[in-house]
Amino acid sequence: MKSAVIVFPGSNRERDMLYALEHISGHKPIAVWHQETSLPDVDLIVLPGGFSYGDYLRTGAIAGLSPIMKAVKEKAAKGVRVLGVCNGFQILTETGILPGALLRNAHLKFVCKQVRLEVATNASVFTSRYTQGQVIDCPVAHHDGNYFADEDTLNRLEGEDRVAFRYTPETNPNGSIRNIAGVMNDQKNVLGMMPHPENLIEPAQGGTDGRGIFESALEWVA
Amino acid sequence: MIKNDVDITPELIAEHGLKPDEYQRILDLIGRTPTLTELGIFSAMWNEHCSYKSSKKWLRTLPTEGPRVIEGPGENAGVVDIDDGDVVVFKMESHNHPSFISPYEGAATGVGGILRDVFTMGARPVAAMNALRFGAPENERTRHIVSGVVEGVGGYGNCFGVPTIGGEVNFDARYNDNCLVNAFAAGLAKADGIFLSEAKGVGLPIVYLGSKTGRDGIHGATMASAEFDDDSEEKRPTVQIGDPFSEKLLLEATLELMQTGAVIAIQDMGAAGLTCSAVEMGAKGNLGVRLDLDQVPCREEGMTAYEMMLSESQERMLMVLDPNKEEEAAAVFKKWDLDFAIVGETTDDQRFKVYRHKELMADLPINDLGDEAPEYDRPWVPSPKLDPIAPSDVPAPADLGQALLQLVSLPDMCSRRWVWEQYDNLIQGNTIAGPGGDAAVIRVGEEGKGLAFSLDVTPRYCEADPVEGGKQAVAECWRNITAVGAEPLAATDNLNFGNPEKPEIMGQFVGCIEGIGEACLALDMPIVSGNVSLYNETNGQAILPTPAIGGVGLLPDVTKRIGKSFVAEGETIILIGTHTGHLGQSIYQRDIVGKTAGAPPKVDLAAEKKHGDFVRNAIRGGRVTAVHDISDGGLLVAVAEMGMSGKIGATLTPSKDIPLHAWAFGEDQACYVVTVPTDGANALLKEAKTAGIPTQVIGTTGGSELTVEGVSPISLADLDAAHEGWLPKYMSAPDTH
Repeated sequence: MKSAVIVFPGSNRERDMLYALEHISGHKPIAVWHQETSLPDVDLIVLPGGFSYGDYLRTGAIAGLSPIMKAVKEKAAKGVRVLGVCNGFQILTETGILPGALLRNAHLKFVCKQVRLEVATNASVFTSRYTQGQVIDCPVAHHDGNYFADEDTLNRLEGEDRVAFRYTPETNPNGSIRNIAGVMNDQKNVLGMMPHPENLIEPAQGGTDGRGIFESALEWVA
Repeated sequence: MIKNDVDITPELIAEHGLKPDEYQRILDLIGRTPTLTELGIFSAMWNEHCSYKSSKKWLRTLPTEGPRVIEGPGENAGVVDIDDGDVVVFKMESHNHPSFISPYEGAATGVGGILRDVFTMGARPVAAMNALRFGAPENERTRHIVSGVVEGVGGYGNCFGVPTIGGEVNFDARYNDNCLVNAFAAGLAKADGIFLSEAKGVGLPIVYLGSKTGRDGIHGATMASAEFDDDSEEKRPTVQIGDPFSEKLLLEATLELMQTGAVIAIQDMGAAGLTCSAVEMGAKGNLGVRLDLDQVPCREEGMTAYEMMLSESQERMLMVLDPNKEEEAAAVFKKWDLDFAIVGETTDDQRFKVYRHKELMADLPINDLGDEAPEYDRPWVPSPKLDPIAPSDVPAPADLGQALLQLVSLPDMCSRRWVWEQYDNLIQGNTIAGPGGDAAVIRVGEEGKGLAFSLDVTPRYCEADPVEGGKQAVAECWRNITAVGAEPLAATDNLNFGNPEKPEIMGQFVGCIEGIGEACLALDMPIVSGNVSLYNETNGQAILPTPAIGGVGLLPDVTKRIGKSFVAEGETIILIGTHTGHLGQSIYQRDIVGKTAGAPPKVDLAAEKKHGDFVRNAIRGGRVTAVHDISDGGLLVAVAEMGMSGKIGATLTPSKDIPLHAWAFGEDQACYVVTVPTDGANALLKEAKTAGIPTQVIGTTGGSELTVEGVSPISLADLDAAHEGWLPKYMSAPDTH
């Protein structure tokens, strides 16, 4: 199982992600600089967290225009698995690969804390290792994680079983509509999520609930 | 001959913060009237912030060496050996004045500055903390400053990508017009991968890297060396503007560049910018420096030599590079899209020469700029000693339970969750214990070891008795690190005081240093870096003496660390140490009784060492399940905090030898509360007896209430609501400033 992590100027959880992928899969992922125009042949592409380009202008806006994003789009369209976490999720919505937008947190402050996530569907390559409705721990750390989409889009996402994770109502940290924490594209090979599963994969970090996402996504595709 | 087109008047000299005798010293040194640029350079090098002219004499008395110390004070940060070829690089620095004038930018650039100090030495920052002190909650500016400072700290650290894992937040009217923002950062490097600022070799290129130079922060260090008055808000242009994104690029580029072997010497541009960094590199290497300012990347057109030499624009580095590696270096700069330029070269004449538009604007003896800076032995008077106050002379509360509820909800005692949830304390994935415990813990590398960090000082003790207060700051830091099972290795100090020209203030400074030195020696915790911030006064009113201590400890096996939370029901709660119920200068006395009287608690350093070593051994041997030291608020507050964080109650039997309120709220030093599985209690007590450590079984964990025999029980839920409630409620009120 081969994976790649895209590195933008200002990415800052790429090292956490590289570590998590290697720790769980046993294979070293490839770090790909944002100015590259092509991607190696991998099974999983990850857009990590951070503040790409300082998130000046708007979160993910400039990173969305990086040369590598064209290649990411093409791979995603071909069905390669793409995971965007935090800033990665923001970049995926900015480029239209995923629907909706991440607004400023409802309380207008950065928030770093442990939340509870409900696995809204386990019928996906990212969540198959969980049970449907399972509630897991996961940390969040963001300023702009308030998911928003119009009613039609939300109904479609839910109707097509494309909501991967929801915050439990009492731990929704940012005001996300319908408590949505992570959504998938229509082919369900692209997942964007605000929480950081890569920071909860070992007992030393306080738990291993985040592993399931990687274990699911890294499963060998025949 | 150097041209002098500006008249150097006494007013101009005074505006540069130079006293008449200091100006005379300049004339004697260079034998002519300085140019305006030269005057600016002297003012930058000789202000209190950069020259330590009032504090140097006393700083020399601090213990700075030890078997693990690789670099002590004098470099950008201290370097301490943590085995396996790894080192921890750390320092703390104040950004008080800028944070009061412009809270967000002041705090943000404070964080940026300290991170830069750490990675300039070749270390990747892995942990940040801050000691923050604000005015009284009812002061109309306080809410505004808290909000801006916390957002600024988070805004910079979160984007840069360092976990902010601990610190202090306190409120006192004495900080009403002079808040304190002390930023700490620690980084990791290999012992053979440390970079220093000493330039080596003549005729080598001096390279500028990072953000462009603008007009921000001109004379920031001079401002930081003066008292405030009512017009201080007009000093806003002296505050720098931070750009954490640029700093992140600078970090990656600097570390990558160091890998190429191109870096011979490196110095970040902090206080007094280009001036300080260039002079330091040259003087340390006993070389000269020639700068051509026309090459410096500028944000604005028409900047003068004076402005460029004094700009404190952020995110800039100066380095001496190996000319044979120019190509590799250029590739790194280009990859990270950073401005860089060769702005000068090293020379052999030990002169600091600055050119602008091909004209010589400054020509000064480089070593004298640092070595010949004034040094003062300021007059000082010791603070008057206060008599101890007997516990029975401090009034008891009508209801002990109500007093406890009130205590845990005080501005100085309540949960700081509102603050730390705005800081990314998990990034890098190595946080083992984040904010809220006695010490924060991160893991390090593959060997399974960890580092513990804590920031501490009790300013009210320092004011009541500077020597004991100085000792206590070190002892509490050492104790907090010990309480998680780590061995304290070394510390950094951030000494915040008022105007040193007043003998009483200088007396506080001298006393605190004496106490700090004594404690560092007794507890084997040398000071390896630090910062002095004086003139923290507004309209003649000084802050409380606040010498913050930032300590670092090592855990050989990070999985052995424990926290303060009760972990199981039915465990025995044991008090370790001699608890006399000391109420003088306690939180109870100050905030419940409304008095600050009596001597602060005595610090018995031998007892600290003995009790701490015992507790650490018990932790490492797995014989205790939770540990918390006694500090602000006393024994009952310590137990309440253990209960709240573990969500398990306790039943306690108070001592019959001292008044109940003194037993509950006395702040004796060298004391810990530990829990032990009941079947292990006797063994621990026996072990302590053999070692000559005083112990007392004080109760049992369990239930959902905190019960002190003879007093009505208090539910954990009520305690929690009181503890968690104050800060969010306070901060959600409308900002009236």
